[in-house]
Amino acid sequence: MRQRSLVILTSVLTTGALTLTACGSRDDSGDSKSSKKTEIIIGVDAPLTGQNSATGLGIQGGVQIAVDDANKNNTVPGVKFKVVALDDKAIPASGQQNATQLVQNDKVLGVVGPLNSGVATQMQQVFATANLVEISPSNTAPELTQGKNWQTSKSRPFKTYFRTATTDALQGGFAADYAYNTLKKRKVFVVDDKQTYGAGLAKLFKAGFTKAGGKVAGEDHVNTGDTDFSALVTKIKNSKADLVYYGGQYDESEKLTKQLKDGGAKIPLFGGDGMFTPTYIETAGKTSEGDLVTSVGQPVDSLPSAAEFIKKYKASGLKGDYGTYGGYSYDAATAIIKAIGNVVKDGKVPSDARAKIVDEVQKTKFDGIAGPVSFDEYGDTTNKQLTVYQVVDGKWKAVKSGTFNG
Amino acid sequence: MNTLPQQLANGLFLGSMYGLIAIGYTMVYGIVQLINFAHGEIFMTGGFGALTVYLYVLPDGTSMWIALPAMLIGGGIVAVLIAVGAERFAYRPLRGAPRLAPLITAIGLSLALQQIVFNAYPDAKTDRNFPQLPFGPWHIGSISVQSGSVFVIIAAPICMAALAFFVRLSRTGRAMQATAQDPDTAQLMGIDTNRIIVIAFAIGGFFAAVAAVAYGLRYGTVKYDMGFQMGLKAFTAAVLGGIGNIYGAMIGGLVLGLAETMATSYIDGIPGMQQLGGGGWSSVWAFVLLILVLLFRPQGLVGERVADRA
Repeated sequence: MRQRSLVILTSVLTTGALTLTACGSRDDSGDSKSSKKTEIIIGVDAPLTGQNSATGLGIQGGVQIAVDDANKNNTVPGVKFKVVALDDKAIPASGQQNATQLVQNDKVLGVVGPLNSGVATQMQQVFATANLVEISPSNTAPELTQGKNWQTSKSRPFKTYFRTATTDALQGGFAADYAYNTLKKRKVFVVDDKQTYGAGLAKLFKAGFTKAGGKVAGEDHVNTGDTDFSALVTKIKNSKADLVYYGGQYDESEKLTKQLKDGGAKIPLFGGDGMFTPTYIETAGKTSEGDLVTSVGQPVDSLPSAAEFIKKYKASGLKGDYGTYGGYSYDAATAIIKAIGNVVKDGKVPSDARAKIVDEVQKTKFDGIAGPVSFDEYGDTTNKQLTVYQVVDGKWKAVKSGTFNG
Repeated sequence: MNTLPQQLANGLFLGSMYGLIAIGYTMVYGIVQLINFAHGEIFMTGGFGALTVYLYVLPDGTSMWIALPAMLIGGGIVAVLIAVGAERFAYRPLRGAPRLAPLITAIGLSLALQQIVFNAYPDAKTDRNFPQLPFGPWHIGSISVQSGSVFVIIAAPICMAALAFFVRLSRTGRAMQATAQDPDTAQLMGIDTNRIIVIAFAIGGFFAAVAAVAYGLRYGTVKYDMGFQMGLKAFTAAVLGGIGNIYGAMIGGLVLGLAETMATSYIDGIPGMQQLGGGGWSSVWAFVLLILVLLFRPQGLVGERVADRA
């Protein structure tokens, strides 16, 4: 009995494997006929549907434009780049599945993404095992690059993981500094969504704000997917706070701010880059006026280096907006493409290409469209620019840019 | 500031919305003993139906005084059609089958409806903005009231009263009661039970659409997955009140809404309970309440003890 099932299993597996390889070889011959170029895939993992998809699509679009540019300029001779974008729906388990899928495809030599720090924690190990380089344009959780005990002793857990976004350690502190010293707020109510990103941000804001001399009037948490915050709003109002800090994404915060202002609390909501999207203002409408966020880097539209990128993005007919991370995704993809250029010569991919590309990315140094691109010994960007944005007349307006070193 | 009145009001608004959806669960269960798990999605389609009327049917800039009734009718039509269609094509063929079969169909239908809206409705993948009432919020003493809340607080009692009159006084209503009591005997007495079942689904669908409009007005958006959580809460409300009892559904909804609001605001004030309070725990306390009620009063708050069916 046992043996027979083993036989069946083996034969099924063999047939499957044969079918797969047969398909694969047919594809290869088809490709080489149409063009002599080697096809190399840049993978993308981001939420393309559901929660956070507005931002996720911007990542996909940014990479697509970088790849189009590389193909047009023939940046790497003998190579034709292609983007394969997988949807993680902002769910960690989906991200891990996507990572496995990307790793198994030999043509994939680099991956841009994911959007969410919580998703990244589930993907890092998969990429590290396969020696495949991963650059996130947006992950901000400090432990991704500096290890679990980053506050006391930093150590890099995965040498294949890089990011072009600066960390929450800086974002939370930068926001606290701005709230206390520029806005002159003294009593804050802190809310977070209990996710890796949101809770981390809220914790760092709280630490920075109390250190500066401010008071925490109250704290609470919400669940992702919640819509009714009326009870929480009453609590906030009752705490007499003059500012609400929210650690989390726009999906919940846009409803929170609306209910907060409708509930009679005329105090601004301050958040991280997860809230920094046009959707936030569209949904919250007038109630979002005066709300603030911090975001990594400088506003892409204010940088002359990104003007051409924005023009191309708008002309490309890509879905959605380049959003917060489109520019950083472009730079992340460019870093990978440049590294591939140093490893792949005349379209020949060496057998240890993936490992070599990781080393090349580590050494990378160039001027990206969103600022200088290079990585420190933890894989973090050396570009520590941050910006505070505020809703003014229904639009995000940059009010202060600067660097912050904790 | 005394927060209690405001929190009571918050709970009342939330609870009225739960109650309106719960009526759909409870009526269908009362008559065919089926838990229509797709009801949350019928609620969702009602919201999208109303939005469609506003965006694509009415001319731009229509005053909300005209738009709101039109949206209620449009959303109602969509939700009723889907509820009745579900009954006709998903549940009726399985009538008489073991109870598990229609339950599985209901879950399948719920996923299907969600995915259809997700894929077919323009931009439904993220929040779609819902038109807002052009007045409010008001601040009455220490209570502030959003315009969306006013809608639900007016709509819920009207719906309830209309339903109560209908069930008590009309011929169809009495036929409905008879069918709920014993469908086979009712049929022998000349009642077209299929028609009664369709009416129960239709009323549930319409009330869900009213709740969906209330949801849109209150939270400003509708979304393809909004039916899941609201449906679950409404189901809880129906069970809490005593499933099968229409007054129970409304009371269960109100109790649940109040319980969630109170849990958010007061539990973390109790010494030693800081870790178990706040907004993140409100649903947990709602379900704890459900379990407690079921332990001590398995028929629900206002349900009557029914003899086990043979």
